[in-house]
Amino acid sequence: MSSDMSSDMSSGVNGDMNGRVSGGEGDGVRASWPLYEVFVRGKRGLNHVHVGSLRAADDETALRHARDLYTRRNEGVSIWVVRSYHITASSPDEKDPFFAPSGDKVYRHPTFYEIPDDVPHM
Amino acid sequence: MSDNPYEALSGEGDARWAFGTGFTDPLAGVDTGVPDGVDGSDLATYCLMLGDDALIMSHRLQQWCTRAPELEEEVALANIALDLLGQARLLLARAGQSDGSGRDEDSLAFLRDAPEFRNVRLAEEANGDFARSMARLLVFAVWRLALLDRLAGSRDPVLSAVAAKGVKEVTYHRDYAAGWVVRLGDGTPYSRERMREGLEAVWPLVTELFTPHEVELRLAAAGVAVDPSELRAEFDAVLDQVLGAAGLARPRAVPGLGGRAGGGNARGRHGEHTAELDDVLAEMQTVPRALPGATW
Amino acid sequence: MVVAVTAAEETREFEEHFDRTIAREQRIEPRDWMPGGYRKTLIRQISQHAHSEIIGMQPEGEWITRAPSLRRKAILLAKVQDEAGHGLYLYSAAETLGADRDELTDMLIDGRQKYSSIFNYPTPTFADVGVIGWLVDGAAICNQVPLCRSSYGPYARAMIRICKEESFHQRQGYELLMTMTRGTTAQRAMVQDAVDRWWWPSLMMFGPPDDASPNSARSMAWKIKRHSNDELRQRFVDMTVPQAEALGVRLPDPDLRWNDERGHHDFGRPDWDELKRVISGDGPCNAERIAVRRAAHEDGAWVREAAAAHAAKQAERARGAVA
Repeated sequence: MSSDMSSDMSSGVNGDMNGRVSGGEGDGVRASWPLYEVFVRGKRGLNHVHVGSLRAADDETALRHARDLYTRRNEGVSIWVVRSYHITASSPDEKDPFFAPSGDKVYRHPTFYEIPDDVPHM
Repeated sequence: MSDNPYEALSGEGDARWAFGTGFTDPLAGVDTGVPDGVDGSDLATYCLMLGDDALIMSHRLQQWCTRAPELEEEVALANIALDLLGQARLLLARAGQSDGSGRDEDSLAFLRDAPEFRNVRLAEEANGDFARSMARLLVFAVWRLALLDRLAGSRDPVLSAVAAKGVKEVTYHRDYAAGWVVRLGDGTPYSRERMREGLEAVWPLVTELFTPHEVELRLAAAGVAVDPSELRAEFDAVLDQVLGAAGLARPRAVPGLGGRAGGGNARGRHGEHTAELDDVLAEMQTVPRALPGATW
Repeated sequence: MVVAVTAAEETREFEEHFDRTIAREQRIEPRDWMPGGYRKTLIRQISQHAHSEIIGMQPEGEWITRAPSLRRKAILLAKVQDEAGHGLYLYSAAETLGADRDELTDMLIDGRQKYSSIFNYPTPTFADVGVIGWLVDGAAICNQVPLCRSSYGPYARAMIRICKEESFHQRQGYELLMTMTRGTTAQRAMVQDAVDRWWWPSLMMFGPPDDASPNSARSMAWKIKRHSNDELRQRFVDMTVPQAEALGVRLPDPDLRWNDERGHHDFGRPDWDELKRVISGDGPCNAERIAVRRAAHEDGAWVREAAAAHAAKQAERARGAVA
């Protein structure tokens, strides 16, 4: 449950977080866990589809968290998790003359989301 | 603006989005008669034992809600609490059905007093910190998994079905708790100390898990229940494996003393509990007791 | 051939491309160029929405251990778990914009970022669980269904998933209230009391009136928002009135009546000063909500650190085994 904060709130994010990327790729020990991308095979015969991300201390926990979070309602027969850091992505629209600035970190920005067929309005 | 916001929510495959639908009933097609040669009252007592274990353990896990160390753990702990609550509901319903009293799951959960509860005392212990909660969950899940694994072969078709479903669930609970015991045991010096203390705190309640009650023995002889004393070897082997990976020593047994309240005897199964259970029941039963006759 | 393109020209071309994408009702995806204000507005909106889901666990979460039937307990536990999940989907969407969940959490517990003011109201009876499902989740659905078409792809996709799950939330709330209103006199009184307390705060969930909502116009132009606050509020009222009649409860607004000319219900003016007070931290439960979240975060720090330390040791051991 929640509400649309765009209207309710008057104050915004302080500080400049634009383009700021942190967390997860380094070797140092941080209390915060690295980011993982999650892919779920909805049923046999379908591809794994990107469903979102989560944080976990290690691969095994990431898989566990993914099961808990993204298959709570029995969606899915198989899960992949991968450290976001390891994903290399193309620019969003190869055929387009405009390219994203190269300064940002690719691993934060999974671009190959697919929309399930039953999704309205997309 | 004329479009109804709910329209976007309908469509194919809607059932899975509504809780309680789209899931298979574990008792569908299962014969619910009491098996031949089995005393209905014994069967009811046994169902209460296993059902109360799950109900009270679930309650303790529910108390972690909004307090877990990370949001991902909120989801995981709620899953475990939901699984156990589901097991409790099936077992309490079976209890009310087999003793002929016709009490439903709610009258058994909310209208019994502490001495009528049959859970092991391990389940009623207060949570303590996350390490202690994981120590307790590990002990509980390893023990319950060994139990349900054998119970899946029960002559009682309902217990057999509940156990078969429970094995899958509790395997996950065990792995979850084991993962945390290893992480905390191996993690930082502070977490290692918390984990060690957590294990020591719950250890006195371990012996009780393997001490059979006469109902368990009678039903085990009839091929319906599991004699818990048979589970100890498997329990020890799994615990040793987990503690080994965590770099932790098994807490020392305290012979003859068994911890705070005489852990060597199966007191919880006899309805003898600590004040911790009173706290659980005071919280859990507050509304139904305050509003008799209400429907929810 | 060398083509000299000035930075300003380049930016203008990016902007035109961005505007065309929005105009074509196509989604903006994470690595697309986007105006700084668009990114910032989205991070603010998505993270505040995420915070609301997480703080929103508390008012109902208090009732899980006290739920009066095992079925209600299971439903409520699943619902509050969903809210944790929704928070995670949304933090995940915010992270695609370069935000960091830890920083967002810090801003929440420092009070630098807000969450929906509705969760600063208390839940003294179990009827509150039903009314939150019916009114608060109902209002949230009105707000959120249009966001499934938000111009930012990851947000829109998170909202689709969330809205599907919210529909169960609202239905369980309404079903609980139907059961209670058919129960004892005391239960009916509990339901009416809860409706009396939650009706006006629910209307405030749509935010201040349009003429006092400075950021709305730009968000609508960017198609981050799809409808104005007042439009959504009207839609909610029109939808809720027949539901209240079916339930047999009274909505506490003497000015509430059908207006044939407008084809909508007229209704009274919410106490906007109260909304301001609650947003600025002076609601009945603001301090408690933040304290609980802060305690969970701070008490859990050693656990998160231990997990990270273990993962680092494991990685080190794996390297040692290879070498």
